[in-house]
Amino acid sequence: MIFGQRNTPWLTSSWLIALALLAPVLVMLFTSIGNFGELFAHLWQTVLPTYISNTLLLTLYVSLLVLVFGVPSAFFISQTQLIGTNWLRWALLLPLAMPAYLVAYLYTDLFDYAGPVQRLLRAWFGWQSPTDYWFFDLRTLEGAAVVLALVLYPYVYMLTRTALEQQDTSLLRAGRTLGLSARQTLTKIALPLARPAIMVAVTLVMMETIADFATVQYFAVNTLTTAIYDTWLGYGDMAAANALASVLLLFVLFTVVAEQKSRAGQRHQSNRPNMSSDKISLSFSQQVMGLVFCWSLVLLGFALPFALLVSMAIEYAQLEQLGKLAEIGWETLKISAYAATAAVLISLSLALLHRFYPKKLNHLPLQISGFGYAVPGTVLAMALMATFGPIDHWLNDTATWLNWSKPGLMLSGTTFAIIFAFVVRFAAIANGTISAGIGKIPHSIDKAPASLGVGLLATIKRVHLPMLKSSILVAWLLVFVEAMKELPAVLLLRPFNFETLSTFIYQLISDEQLEQGAIGAIFIVLFGLIPIIWLNKNKQ
Amino acid sequence: MIKKIIGLTAFAATLVAPVFSASADEVNVYSYRQPFLVEPLFNEFTKESGIKVNVVFAKKGMAERLAREGEHSPADVLLTTDISRLIELQEKGLLQAVNSDVLETAIPSQFQADDNTWFGLTTRVRNIYTAKRLGDMAINYEDLADEKYRGKICTRSGKHPYNVALVSSMIAQHGEAKTLAWLEGVKKNLARKPQGNDRGQVQAIHQGLCDVSLGNSYYFGKMLNDDKQKVWADAVNINFPNQANRGAHVNISGVGVAKYAPNKVAAKALLEFLASDKAQQMYAETNMEYPVRAGVKKSELVASWGEFKSDDLPLETIAKHRKAALKLLDQAKFDL
Repeated sequence: MIFGQRNTPWLTSSWLIALALLAPVLVMLFTSIGNFGELFAHLWQTVLPTYISNTLLLTLYVSLLVLVFGVPSAFFISQTQLIGTNWLRWALLLPLAMPAYLVAYLYTDLFDYAGPVQRLLRAWFGWQSPTDYWFFDLRTLEGAAVVLALVLYPYVYMLTRTALEQQDTSLLRAGRTLGLSARQTLTKIALPLARPAIMVAVTLVMMETIADFATVQYFAVNTLTTAIYDTWLGYGDMAAANALASVLLLFVLFTVVAEQKSRAGQRHQSNRPNMSSDKISLSFSQQVMGLVFCWSLVLLGFALPFALLVSMAIEYAQLEQLGKLAEIGWETLKISAYAATAAVLISLSLALLHRFYPKKLNHLPLQISGFGYAVPGTVLAMALMATFGPIDHWLNDTATWLNWSKPGLMLSGTTFAIIFAFVVRFAAIANGTISAGIGKIPHSIDKAPASLGVGLLATIKRVHLPMLKSSILVAWLLVFVEAMKELPAVLLLRPFNFETLSTFIYQLISDEQLEQGAIGAIFIVLFGLIPIIWLNKNKQ
Repeated sequence: MIKKIIGLTAFAATLVAPVFSASADEVNVYSYRQPFLVEPLFNEFTKESGIKVNVVFAKKGMAERLAREGEHSPADVLLTTDISRLIELQEKGLLQAVNSDVLETAIPSQFQADDNTWFGLTTRVRNIYTAKRLGDMAINYEDLADEKYRGKICTRSGKHPYNVALVSSMIAQHGEAKTLAWLEGVKKNLARKPQGNDRGQVQAIHQGLCDVSLGNSYYFGKMLNDDKQKVWADAVNINFPNQANRGAHVNISGVGVAKYAPNKVAAKALLEFLASDKAQQMYAETNMEYPVRAGVKKSELVASWGEFKSDDLPLETIAKHRKAALKLLDQAKFDL
């Protein structure tokens, strides 16, 4: 406690923010109480066990795959002299710009029986019908896992790479001096040190997987999210749907707690980030392996689907769409930027509070503000309406009572609700990234300015924020890109005449005519690239 | 920090810009129907009446949203794609009666609510598509459970409103136990897990993955008019089921006025426009649907599929069996 025992305004505002973000989740839990009734029993006896096992399996597969994709690629880029690292470094991030449901659609088109790949195979081998040969079916649980992992692995890649690059070189050198081989240094020192960052990334991926709706729906894989939709939209039973969502939330809680337990007590910090040039040199075959591995990820996660989109756009060019698309694109960029900014400011405030006042209780706001991540967009949207609705009603009633003109649905009926939903959904991403960044700043630094008589705010501004610059940027960009791709919450909360790129594209995908919206889909990917390019530029 | 707070406040202020409320020359629509279909209709309406149409394409959760918004809801008009949604809105008390001689005369009485809260605009048939290679045939919905179609049937999710309505009509006809047995039979016959939409099934027939699929009639026209999808449609025949007995299952798309509509007059004008000859003609031509208004010609293409007999089961009955249908679908694990 260098700056006094407590900082009441900061503490209070942190709790208020965290509770505001948690409010929709609380509303959801509250309405679910006592609703594990007859419908729940029916679901349990019929389809629920399959939904649950699908959810668990999908999460497991995706987690394993992102580790297999993300960790080795981060290792190649940060630790070895792989040829063309400067290109790969950011090319590996490109899949982040691809919405998973888009990749799902494009790959089904490509690999279906009537798609070009199977047509070509049939022409080559003279096969006549589906019974003549075996070909993998993409519309399965495994297919969904591969598609999700291809667009989600950049989380693991990015956070692992950053962690490896910022490791204390002296530790690694010490390992080498003590006779460890390059591989042993990696497995015994570097990777264990990077584990917290890797775990944060995997947790994000798990939550993203649990909440996915569009991809699993397209692949006809029924998960808990499907069950929530069915119960709410089919049976019209919001309370039972909330009960199911609460079960989902338990999964998340478990994931979050497990993640935090796994890195409890670890304090990893470095005064000397790994800026050195002593990267591992690779043999010829290792070079080939590394290049094939990394470029395959770029190709499958980005280049191929993007090329398919471009070819569709050329074939079905509808240039008269451009004006409308530019308008939709601008709106999308704006609300995503607002959400990213708000999420980052909130995360910074909460994470720094815990840093300077490291009581267990002060860690809670940070933790609970991230719960919204795994709440499926639809459920969150409903919860937000239930939360904002009464406030809106109260505002209108008050205005009427005061003889003012009615303000209308200021919170639930405008883009405010959408931005709020984005912040609730994606605060966890900002929290994870910024906390990891703060964790890396040595605690000794906190004390130095105080001993020189510099105040808390000045310390944060002059010492911590500059050191956190890259974490802040990464957090902002991740939230931005995710917000741009978010679909279900926007579908439900959008005000009149409001469209985002993702709702525009989804509309066409669900009608099997993405061709008509290929240009729009290219827009979403290109906008998604802006932050990635920017990220890259700022790194160098 | 202070700068940031000022900045934040400023941006928050810009967010709360357009709040919709009552105005003589605007009408606010919540629509389940897709933009490409309704936008031309709305543009035409605006041209004729000078009333601007604001739309939210709220495919999911419209009733919930309306209920939460309550008396402050900006919504005037609700457009839906099947009868169950209309009944849901009616039962939750989210609609108001519209008394209009124009609507009463234009729309046949079986396609109107008794209490004037909703009106059908178009009818859509649940057809059975069969591969051309099977030749011309007469087929009943009941046949889909026949063993001779083992591994030959494709369909979208059983939980989709169009299929739920069909299952509801089967319950009305045969009772729950027989319908469950039928569903289990159909499931056994599926070539693949239910997936995609109605067009996707025809595509699968074209690919040779299956021989028989369920789909609404207008998709057939849509596919024939699409360069890429024409080959799919060319691979199938469109059949109107149960012609020798009760007739083909028919659903409606429809419209209602929200209980707290702030622009009631404009809303009524829009409803009357949607039931007018011109709008009904547009429905027929652009979406290949069957207009409800007597005397409005079908599109040439739709007419070429021939006349058919439709099931005269009251639409309310279908809506009544909806939850039972959903439960049977779960019991049969139809989608798994």
